[in-house]
Amino acid sequence: MNLEASTQQLSYIANQASDARVNIELETEGMTLNLGPQHPATHGTLRIIVRLDGEQVVSAEPVMGYMHRGYEKLTEVRTYPQVTTLVNRIDWLGSFANEVPFILAAERLMEVEAPPRAQWIRTALFELSRIANVVLFLGDMAVQLGATTPVFYAFRDREFVLNQIESVTGGRFHPNFDRIGGIKDDLPKGWIQETKDVLSRIHSFCDEMEDLVVGNEIFQTRTRGIGIIPADTGLAYGLSGANIRSSGVDWDLRRDGGVGLIHDQLDWKVWTHPDGDSFARYWVRLQEVRESCKMVSQILDGIPSGPIMAKVPRIIKVPPGEAYVETENPLGIMGYYIISKGDLVPYRVKIRSASFNNVSITPWVLKGVYVPDVISILASLYFILGDIDR
Amino acid sequence: MTVFNLAIELAYWQQTVIRSILGLVAVLLPAGTLVYLYLFKMMSFMQSRLGPMEAGPYGSLQLLAEVGKFLQKEDLFPRAADRVVFKAAPFVVLASTFLLVLVLPAGPDAWFINIDTGVFLALAVSSISVIGILMAGWGSASKYSLIGGLRAAGQLVAYELPLVLAVMGVVIQAGTLNVQEIVLAQANGEIFGWGGIGNPFIITQFLGFVIFLIAIQAELTQPPFDMPVAESEIVTGYLTEYTGMRFLLFFIGEFATAGIFSALAATFFLGGWYIPGLDPTSNLFNLIGPLVLVGKMLLVSFLIFWFRFTYPRFREDQLQQLAWKVLVPLSLLNIVATGVLKVVF
Repeated sequence: MNLEASTQQLSYIANQASDARVNIELETEGMTLNLGPQHPATHGTLRIIVRLDGEQVVSAEPVMGYMHRGYEKLTEVRTYPQVTTLVNRIDWLGSFANEVPFILAAERLMEVEAPPRAQWIRTALFELSRIANVVLFLGDMAVQLGATTPVFYAFRDREFVLNQIESVTGGRFHPNFDRIGGIKDDLPKGWIQETKDVLSRIHSFCDEMEDLVVGNEIFQTRTRGIGIIPADTGLAYGLSGANIRSSGVDWDLRRDGGVGLIHDQLDWKVWTHPDGDSFARYWVRLQEVRESCKMVSQILDGIPSGPIMAKVPRIIKVPPGEAYVETENPLGIMGYYIISKGDLVPYRVKIRSASFNNVSITPWVLKGVYVPDVISILASLYFILGDIDR
Repeated sequence: MTVFNLAIELAYWQQTVIRSILGLVAVLLPAGTLVYLYLFKMMSFMQSRLGPMEAGPYGSLQLLAEVGKFLQKEDLFPRAADRVVFKAAPFVVLASTFLLVLVLPAGPDAWFINIDTGVFLALAVSSISVIGILMAGWGSASKYSLIGGLRAAGQLVAYELPLVLAVMGVVIQAGTLNVQEIVLAQANGEIFGWGGIGNPFIITQFLGFVIFLIAIQAELTQPPFDMPVAESEIVTGYLTEYTGMRFLLFFIGEFATAGIFSALAATFFLGGWYIPGLDPTSNLFNLIGPLVLVGKMLLVSFLIFWFRFTYPRFREDQLQQLAWKVLVPLSLLNIVATGVLKVVF
């Protein structure tokens, strides 16, 4: 190696080194942002640790458990009729729907079946609680995107649904109405006509949201193509409910599950959307509220007469065995795995709630999006904190 | 018209005192009016609720109650905050508001300052608030505040340009930078030889008016451009750490600026203090001019608040795209068209 070449080589190396040093100096340190546990957008105590590069998310990790109330353990010291009071509080926006799969699982263990009238009323309340739940989502999604008005319309019209639930069950938020072998009370007088009026109100609310939110250009630019979840990824993460249907998976336990509700006797449609983005999730839920209204009005027309309770013993002892029942709840699939040793209390109850799985996809779907989209994607995944932590 | 003659001889200091007091009124009164009329009442009626009803008839004293509440609160500082910057930020924002009101004429003789570069001054001082907001975002020592402050700075700088360019059309058409003379040009103007209503520039400068409205909406960081204070994601951005008096100052600054920007829009495009049918040099306008201006201001700010309550917000990159790819080219086009037509006619 001659001298000239070696100086050239040395200067080249020096240049490279200084470049590398500059690169290291210029590289900005990422910022870790704690979204939550106290944060206006999580309507509860979900914490998401977001690592940011500027406004872009490098990685996101949900931390659950800030609202853990230990329901699975508590059920072990409660008799079967007492458990419904607890599970009411899992998804507090559509609380009647939480009771149904538990009661169905207990009925399967006891080999009891509710009489037809009880099943129809059960289904009606199941769908009404879905309306009460998802209507709030339709307003809340808009408020997460900055439009304050729709959520007030949602609360206004949801109130009427809650009134109908209250007039049957006596409880607005926590009905505690479902019983093993039937339901607690029959429908009050005049309820059917009142409910029909409420349903037409919800129909007009859906039309309003279609104009005000879905048709809004800013809403579309904020949600179309944002947070796309392909069908196979969604299934791999265990997504269910409207979240997976908006990825194009035609799967609804109300139609495919065949458990003790009467959805198979009604005329309705499972809506799917091929896109899998935030917009699709909103749109599918909007259509589902309409379908629920259709179902309830059919139930109101065709409700059979007869008893509302099957013959069950006064003191309920569930024979030994195991049963797992899942239903299509407002947030997705909710299931109860009950192990009974023949006691007054369940030996073990495992609750499969939808939001826990729906939130578990956040590290995958939030990677690379901007901070504002973190909020819109979380809002469109639609979780209830009680449903995550149980 | 001697009854309405207000041209009393006053010493310079007397005039200055009167102008200072009126300036305070001109900032606080529109702010209060807008908050009560639109933020409390109109928003509530649009959202099928009543709004404040307890304090005073129809809640009209609610504003005083709110101010009283804010004044009682403790003046808190985050531990890591840069105290001087944190303290000074609201005053910088408010200073921009107070300077902005100076150029507004409310009648032939009712003005604070009457200078030949009024438009230039207004647009220059309006951007001082960016510094205040950056100071608030940086001084709070909070991540949410920092993100909010940076977003605000980016947004305000981006929308400054369409704001300035939209006014350029008016300036070309009026042929002056003096705000008072812009009003007079509209009052004395003629539409194809018909001078019945003067020539409010909204007719010829409609595109400029729309761009100006969008730009002030963004300058005020109101929805759909409220990404800097997006309460559902970064809490309230640069306001997150502020409480009590300092928050109140920011709040007054925001709504007073909304009022003054609306008044500027009314002055540039709707004829300012002039109403058709009267002689613009008449002394009567010194009395009714302020009321006319407030009326037109309420009209424009109604639009601002209507959009505020209706739309969801743009994402940061989307609103930058709107500013640079749509509004700036459109306003440049507007300037070219105005210049060509000015020469032709």
